Order: sequence, then structure tokens, then C-alpha cells
Amino acid sequence: MPLLWLVLIVLAIAAIGYVVARSRALASTGGESRTLHSLPSYYGWNAAMKAAVPAFGILVLWLLAQPFYVNNVVSGMIPESVIDEGSSRNLVIAEVRRTAEGIEQALNAGVLDPTLANDPNADVAEITARLKEAGAIVTGEITQIKLQAAQSYRSVSASGGLLMAALVILAALAGAAFAIRQTHPNFWARNTVENGIRYLLIAAASIAVLTTVGIVFSLVFNTVEFFRLYPFTDFFFGTQWAPSFSGRGGSSELGVLPLLWGTLYISIVALMVAVPVGLFAAIYLSEYASSRVRSIAKPLLEILAGIPTIVYGLFALLTVGPLLVSFFGDGGWLGVSWQGGGRAVITAGLVMGIMLIPFVSSLSDDIINAVPQSMRDGSYGLGATKSETIRQVIIPAALPGIVGAILLAASRAIGETMIVVLGAGAAARLSLNPFEAMTTVTAKIVSQLTGDSDFASPEALVAFALGMTLFVITLGLNVFALYIVRKYREQYD
Amino acid sequence: MNDMRTVERAVDDKTLKITAKAVQVHYGETHAIKDVSVDIPDKTVTAFIGPSGCGKSTFLRCLNRMNDTIDICRVSGEILLDGENIYDPKVDPVQLRAKVGMVFQKPNPFPKSIYDNVAYGPRIHGLAKNKAELDEIVEKSLRRGAIWDEVKDRLDAPGTGLSGGQQQRLCIARAVATEPEVLLMDEPCSALDPIATAQVEELIDDLRSRFSVVIVTHSMQQAARVSQKTAFFHLGNLVEVGETNQIFTNPIDPRTESYITGRIG
Amino acid sequence: MSDASLNAPRPKSSLLTLNARTKKRNAAEKRFKAYGITAIAIGVFFLAVLAFSIIRSGLPAFTNVVISVDFTLSQDEFDAAEKELFKTKAYQGLFNAAVKQTVADNQIDVAFEDDAIERIMGKTGGIIREHYRANPDDLGKPVAFELPVASRVDGYINGRVTRDTVQDSRFLMLTDLDLVDGLQEAGVIRNAFNWNFITGADSGVDNPGGAGIGASVVGSFFMMLVVLFLSLPIGVAASIYLEEFAPQNRFTDLIEVNISNLAAVPSIVFGILGLAVFIQFMHLPQSAPLVGGLVLTLMTLPTIIISTRASLKSVPPSIRDAALGVGASKMQAVFHHVLPLAMPGILTGTIIGLAQALGETAPLLLIGMVGFVARGYPDGFIAGFTEANSAMPAQIYTWAARADVSFYEKAWGGIIILLIFLLTMNIIAIILRRRFERRW
Repeated sequence: MPLLWLVLIVLAIAAIGYVVARSRALASTGGESRTLHSLPSYYGWNAAMKAAVPAFGILVLWLLAQPFYVNNVVSGMIPESVIDEGSSRNLVIAEVRRTAEGIEQALNAGVLDPTLANDPNADVAEITARLKEAGAIVTGEITQIKLQAAQSYRSVSASGGLLMAALVILAALAGAAFAIRQTHPNFWARNTVENGIRYLLIAAASIAVLTTVGIVFSLVFNTVEFFRLYPFTDFFFGTQWAPSFSGRGGSSELGVLPLLWGTLYISIVALMVAVPVGLFAAIYLSEYASSRVRSIAKPLLEILAGIPTIVYGLFALLTVGPLLVSFFGDGGWLGVSWQGGGRAVITAGLVMGIMLIPFVSSLSDDIINAVPQSMRDGSYGLGATKSETIRQVIIPAALPGIVGAILLAASRAIGETMIVVLGAGAAARLSLNPFEAMTTVTAKIVSQLTGDSDFASPEALVAFALGMTLFVITLGLNVFALYIVRKYREQYD
Repeated sequence: MNDMRTVERAVDDKTLKITAKAVQVHYGETHAIKDVSVDIPDKTVTAFIGPSGCGKSTFLRCLNRMNDTIDICRVSGEILLDGENIYDPKVDPVQLRAKVGMVFQKPNPFPKSIYDNVAYGPRIHGLAKNKAELDEIVEKSLRRGAIWDEVKDRLDAPGTGLSGGQQQRLCIARAVATEPEVLLMDEPCSALDPIATAQVEELIDDLRSRFSVVIVTHSMQQAARVSQKTAFFHLGNLVEVGETNQIFTNPIDPRTESYITGRIG
Repeated sequence: MSDASLNAPRPKSSLLTLNARTKKRNAAEKRFKAYGITAIAIGVFFLAVLAFSIIRSGLPAFTNVVISVDFTLSQDEFDAAEKELFKTKAYQGLFNAAVKQTVADNQIDVAFEDDAIERIMGKTGGIIREHYRANPDDLGKPVAFELPVASRVDGYINGRVTRDTVQDSRFLMLTDLDLVDGLQEAGVIRNAFNWNFITGADSGVDNPGGAGIGASVVGSFFMMLVVLFLSLPIGVAASIYLEEFAPQNRFTDLIEVNISNLAAVPSIVFGILGLAVFIQFMHLPQSAPLVGGLVLTLMTLPTIIISTRASLKSVPPSIRDAALGVGASKMQAVFHHVLPLAMPGILTGTIIGLAQALGETAPLLLIGMVGFVARGYPDGFIAGFTEANSAMPAQIYTWAARADVSFYEKAWGGIIILLIFLLTMNIIAIILRRRFERRW
């Protein structure tokens, strides 16, 4: 674990810096800490911070940048001629990397002689056998060129690692030395340290922004790549979803419309369950229920929100699906033969609706409670009954907020994955029959990215375009819903 | 028949509208109203005054059972409206509140149009047979609320868009639209500026001709200006009740005198 | 209607009699209230059905049907068997003889052929051989073996398979069930607690009986370590900045908007992020709990930040003023006074965030933490983060997605284990809140 060692060394330097700077600060006033500008420990922290922060910064940046440099070097070693038909440079580089990792593994296991490992003219068959013996994954055939590339991959990585270690340690030492030199009684150590902490806090807060940037970039780059391989008109307006199973492109039809329809249909069914139940539950809990009933029923409903979606998925697949079939299926209790299998729009929609009940009810509860009591008083004072007050005063007053809550629930439903993966089926179709199996955007993202297909193929890349579609839709809904809810709250603040 | 009623009404003018007998109110552990008995005559403005927290609002809210909406509130004793105990188990508070309307401290128009605000009461009580009748009730009520001229061109505008004083007169119009017999007002001017207050006070004086009005106020000047009878509450007790003139010029109880002269408050 | 008629007072009505309209309105009121009660009842009903199906379908995963046989293998038999070409077959023969002896000892009066034993118990030779190769000391001594029976027999004992549904096949003959009944009566075949389910790793697609959730519990544990040690400090730092130090400017607004939107981004999008950034871009090991932890950290951060900010906000400004008043810097006021006071709330929020992360499945599937990679325990603490492993919910998904129906029981059983963890975490959060919550 050389990386771990490096981290420990930097931490040790920081610790030493702390001790030295602190005692130096005390010594500079002859042990009289009251004449120092700051408490002695701040001088120590100043040194520790200056040692550790730049060093770790360099470490992280280097670790991010090194793979690019190494890839570049290796890529330059591979002539166009060795790239097979239907393959790509990236795939070959991935193989080279695997080979290099395999050599490392074999060296560690002691089955490969170091001289043999670094011999550019080593027998390829011999190396392959050794790698397999060490349990390394050998996918493609190792050729001489790939072996040489792998060897230089190793040497570049190794020297890069060495250089990095040297730089990081140097930075840590320099930082500590600088801070120790700074240490004298009039140095504003506390302010310096606090400023540093402030920047760390800002960095932590920026992670939210970085996450969004990361999401957008990972979606955009791969989506652009996908549209280079597959025309975007066919994606957005295609009514067929039929990826080829070979995973090598060619005859796939990747139209998003059937998936969007499935997503929408299941979400509508879910909202048809969740909205009336959730809303009436919220109304009852906030307007009618005694505090005792409320203190029991509210947590009970909220349990539904705390259950992981995988549980709902299983519930849909193994309990609700078969139950619905026994009602609506062939030879079922209702004598109709509408439903063919347990996986159907209605199954996934119903279960998703159950999942969303507490979501709708707790949001609506908050919103109904935000309607000022004076509205209720005004209505009761005119002789309205509770239900008249609720229907004609409270609900209209809370309507924007409730619409916002429903939109948030819709966004949840659209982005929900496990229930549809297990409960809705895998067939993409444009149909109106809720008893048929359909599939959704999220379910297809899972199936396209968990298969064996190669990441460069349109069949895998389409998942990113689907993810982009999903992200844009849910983001739009969320922004809109949050805007409505905020406007609503401001109205009564 | 009609004649008889006229005669009856003439008599009513001097009769009592509400009679409270030994009313006690508890909020959980707190004894908020202690044994209050008071008579409220018809076609009169009766003011409840007293320092804050003295129970005057609580007592007012007993008169149309608004306290029912608060879980921990218990009321005992008798309050008779035209001789019928409003706390009788057979009485539906909904029907009671149609007869005893209420206007609140803070103007609370519903987030609906001006028209719908006023029409709300008549609609839920089914007072209009058709749209034309409803239109008529709305106009009449807005006129009685002395706000018709200001809003007649924008009846579809939201009631929340009016100024504070207009909102409060709209709420009064809304309350009178159900043709109540008693109108309760809980510090109706405390959230208003002096000009709006003057307008509302003028309105209250008009309303006296058809309703019995009970007003809670923290302003003694207001009580003196608008009311004919005044009741002084202190620490949950009804200390003194009588003609407004008499209360303000020649109070019997020393506590009333201290309050009026500003020594307790 | 004329003005006069409007002015005329309505006919006097007694309060003591309800008029027709009030009756109608009260009926509407009752109906409306009933809708509310129905809605609550529906919610609670679904919860009950869910709980019932989890418990009913999941409990069998914790037991398995075993057959106990006393067996003695002598050194000579061992040597002889090891010389055979088909070694496990030799052991199988010896063991089958012991089973027959057991049948005879228990005076079970059922005629059966030798193959029936193998159909009931499956191939046991391998297990026997492994045992004696690992424990040569047991040679010559009687050993009590408790071996799981074949899955169909298991199904018969647990009522999943009945005599009516059994069709004679090379896996199970109807006549074998007579022998099974006899053995069960004699107590040779019985239900036992299945420790392997709790401690074991995932088995192959053809061996539902051997599947266990232990390895993926370990995977989940390492993931949660990553989430805890990243999201707590980062979340607290971000919240302190936003709540205490952030100026009112565009950048702060940007962060706030980002946090509230990230909280509502579908979890699968975080999976795509993890796949593209951590695996494709940074080349971190696929299927590693480290990567899963990173993805879940990003996912839980908004939740933790939102709850942490709420707890910081609930500390009254007077505390800050008091600290500043005695000459503390803003930073000291926050770290010495505000943060400790807000800590119970922060921890509660963190635990709830962790519980949410623990149950998350979709993003893990995308970064390769599917169930079948959880084939064993990691080799050490560091390897726990970097070696391919699964997590509880992903393992459950893998079982649910398998064709063999016997895995469904395992999936339900896995859910019970998962829910026990979630329940424990939530109870801890509730206790923390009850114990340390402070009202100002």
C-alpha cells in the first residue's frame, strides 16, 4: 500500500510541524504564552495545515492526471494496424492496462520472474500462462506489441508514482518549514488558521456543485458519443425499442418513445393511487385526527417511506403481481382474462403508488398546516362545517403547494428504478392496456449497463442518453415544483 | 301574521338577545373564565374591555362556540340565545354560527375573489335559490359593509389584494351576508390604521340598526365611541357591566376605575 | 326578489331542531371524514400486507431441512476410497450405506431403492471427502453429520411441494416421499436453523440452498464506513459554511440550488455518475465497496446537509452572541459552542441518511456491485474496500432476478436482515433524538 504510506508520511510531517511550530512559538516568548498573538496551538495548526493541505492537493491532482498521461504514452505505442476491425483504440488500451495489472498480480504472487516481466522480447505464451496461473483476467490475446505497451505502461506508472511521492513529500516539508519560519510572537496564527478552515468549508460546500457538474459531464460526453453512433432523430422519435443482443451494434433500434410512454403510464397509475390516498390521509391527520390518533397513524404511514425500494420491487414481483393475476388473469376470480403475467403496468404502478403515499401525505400535511388558522376561523365563524372549510377554503388556499408536492411525487415516480425493474417487465411497447408488461427509462438504463455489452457500443451508450433524458425531465419537474412551493410558502410567511 | 311579528320586533328591541349564566372556561389546566354572567340586549353595541389576557376574547368565542375548534377547551354553564341554550347537545354549532357571525382581529379574507368571499356563507347555508339572488345578496352585503363603491368594478379580483381596512370591511360584509342575528367582533380594528378604524367604527354604528353587535376592544376610546353597553373583564372575571356612559364616568368597582384611569392595563 | 323581502328577517328557527339542510351538510361531513379514515386505513392495510408477506415468505430462509446421520469412516476405507478413480462416488457409496443403516436402526418400514437416498440428499460424497481430508483425526471415530437435503425435499417438508404436484423425475420420485415421511417421523430429517444463510456468501445459480447473505452484509458494512467517514465531515463542513459563514451572493445561491436539486435527482443518475467518473474516468476498481461508498456519499450528502443545517439553525443566536461577547472569534464560537449543541441533531440526520443509503440498490447495480460477485469474505481490512463485493439490497435483487423460484425465499429472508439493520439504525436515531433533543 504505497499510497497509504505516502498519506501516513505526510500526516507524520504535519504532526512534526505542529509540535515544532508550537514549541518554537512558546520558546520565542520564553514560555510566556500571553505575549503571543494567538494561542500556541494555533501556531502548531498553522504548520500542520500548511504541510498537509498542499501535499494532499498535489496527491489528488496527480492521481487524477496520471492515467491520462500514461494512456497517451501507451496509445502512442500502438500502431493503427494492430487495432482489429470492429474494435477501437480504447479497447486495446484497456487490454494493455489489464495485462499490466496482470503482470503486477503475477509478480506479487511470485509466479513471474521480474526479469521476464520486463523483457520486451519475452515469450508471449509464457507470459500468458504465468498470468493465468496468478489468476489474472486475460481477455484478449496478448501480442508482442501489447506486451511491450503493457511493460511501458508499468514503467511509466512506476516512475510517475515515484515522482509523485517525491513531490508530495517535498511539498509537505516545504509547507511545514515555511510555517515554522513564520512563527514569531506577532504572527496572526489564529486568523491564518481560521482562514484556512474557511476555505476548507467552502471546498466542502462546493462538492454539491461539483457533483452536479460531474453528473452533467458524465451524461453529456457519453450522450454526444452515442449520438455520433446513432442518429438522434431516431432516438427521440423512434417508436421501436429493440437493441440487438450481440452488443456490437448494427441492427439495433433505440427509440425512446416506448420507454417514455411506459415511464409516464406507470407514473400516472402510481399517482392515481398515491394522490387521493395521500391527500385524504393528510387532510384527516391535520384537520380531524386527535393528537393520539395522529401520533400513531403518522409514524405508521412514514414507515412506508423508510422501506427501501428493493423491498417494494420484491413485493411487486412476488406478492402484488401474482395477486393481481389471480383477479384479472386467465381463470381468475373476476372471470376476465385481461392480465397475462404478474409483471404489468398496473403492478408496478400500484406498488409505486403505495411507496408514494407517505411522500404525498407528509408534504401535503406540511402545506395544509401552513394555511393560517385565521382562514379556518373565518370559515367556521360563518358556520361552515369542517369538510366545507377544507374543500372550499383550505384546499384552494393550499392548492399551489399541493400541486408542487404532486409534481415532486411525479418526479420521484419517474426516477424510481427497482420497482419497475422487478415489477413492470422488460418489453418496450406503446400500448394503453394497463395489464400489459411495459418498461421504463430507468429499467432500460439498468439493463443496458449491467449486460456484457462493451461500453463503446451504442447499446451501452444509449443508457447515458436515457439518463440524460431522465435527468432533464426530473430536474425540470423539481425546479418547477420547488419554485411553486417556495412561492406558496412566501405567501403565508 | 306579519303584523304580529312587527309587534314582536318592537318588543325585541328592548329584550335580551343573549343571556350568559355562570359560564366557566378551562384551557387544559388554566381557568380562563370564572363564573361570568352577563346579558346582551338586542340591537345594541356591547363592548367587552379589559387588559390583555383578561378573557374577553375567550368569552366572545364562547358565544358562537368557536372554542369548540380548540381541543383542550372546556366550557360549562349556560349561554342562552333567544332563550335556547347554545351548548345544548342538540345544537349543531354550524347552525348556531349562521345566526351568530364573527369578525376577527386580523382581516382574514379567503384567497378567493371578492365576490366568492361574500357569497361563501350564503352558498354553504343555501340562502340563494339562483345566481341572481346570490348577486343581490352579495351586493347588499357589500353595501352594508360600506365597501360596495370601492369594489363594485372588480368583484372578480382576489380579496387578499385589498388594503387592510378594505379587507376588514370585506370580512364584515362576508359576515353579514348570512343574515346573522348577532355579530361578534374580536378587536376588529387592532390591525388597522386610524382612517380605516374610523370607517369601520362608523360601519359598526350602522350595523346596530339590524344586529346585536358584541365587540371586544383593547381601546377604551373605541368602546366609548361605538358602544352603548360596556362590560369590563379582569383576570377572567366579569368585574362590571353597565351603560357605557356610566362605566366611563362613574364606575362602581375600584378595579374598573383603575383600568379606565390607566393604573392597571 | 325584492329588496323588501331580503330585508325581512328570516322566520325564526329554533337552534334545538336541525333543519334539513344542516342534516344534509352533516351527512356530507361524515362522508368526507370517512374518506380520510379510509385513506389512512388503506395506507396501514398496505403496510400490514407488506409486513405479512415479508415475514411469511422470509422466515423459511432462516431454516433448512437437514438429515442427521452418524457415520464412521475407518482409515482403511479412507485409503481405499482415495485410490479410486471416482473418489467422491466412493465416499457417496460408503455414506449411503450409513444412511441405510440409520433407516434400519430407526425401524422405518419403507421399501426403497439406493438411488432414493441420493435423490433425497443430493450428492454428498464431496462434502464427506472434504470433511475427512480437513479433519484426518476424525477417521475411525463416529461423526454426526447434519447435511441439507435436496431442495425439492426441503420444499416438500416446508409445504412448497405437495404429493399432488410432484411428478416422477430423476430428481424426485413420488415413492421417495414415503421414505422422507418415515425419516421425518423418526426425527432423522428435521428443520434446523440455517446459519449458513446469515454467514455464508452467494452461491451459484444452481444452488439456492447454499446461498447466504453474510458476504454482502460485509460489503454493505464497508460501504457504510466510506459513507460515514466522508459524508459526515463533508456534510457538516458544508452546512457550517452555508449556515454560519456564507455571504449572500451568487455562489452561495448556486450551492443552495444545487443541494436542493441533488436531493431530488433519481438515484440511478448517481449510479451513472459513479460509472462514468469513478470507474471509466478514474479507473477505480469495479464492484468495489469503495466506489459504492463514494456514490452513496454523493447521494446522501444533500440529505445530511439539509438536516444538519436545520439543527444548526435551531441553536439560538444568543449562544453565538454570548461566545462572541467574551472575545471568541466567529470560528471559535461555531466550533466550541454551536456545533456541540447541534451535534445530536446532526447525528440523528446522519444515521437516517445512512439508513437511506443502506437500502439503495439501483446505483450499485450500475457500478457492478451485483449479487453474484459476493462469493466470499474479503481478505482483510483494506481489501474490504477494494475487493469486488456486493451489498445487501443488490444481493437481494440478484436473488429476485434469478429464474430458480427457491431463490425468492432467500430474497425475502435477505429483506428481513436488511430491515433489521434499518430498524436498528432508526431506533438509535429516535433514542438520540429523545435523549438529547433540546427545546430552546
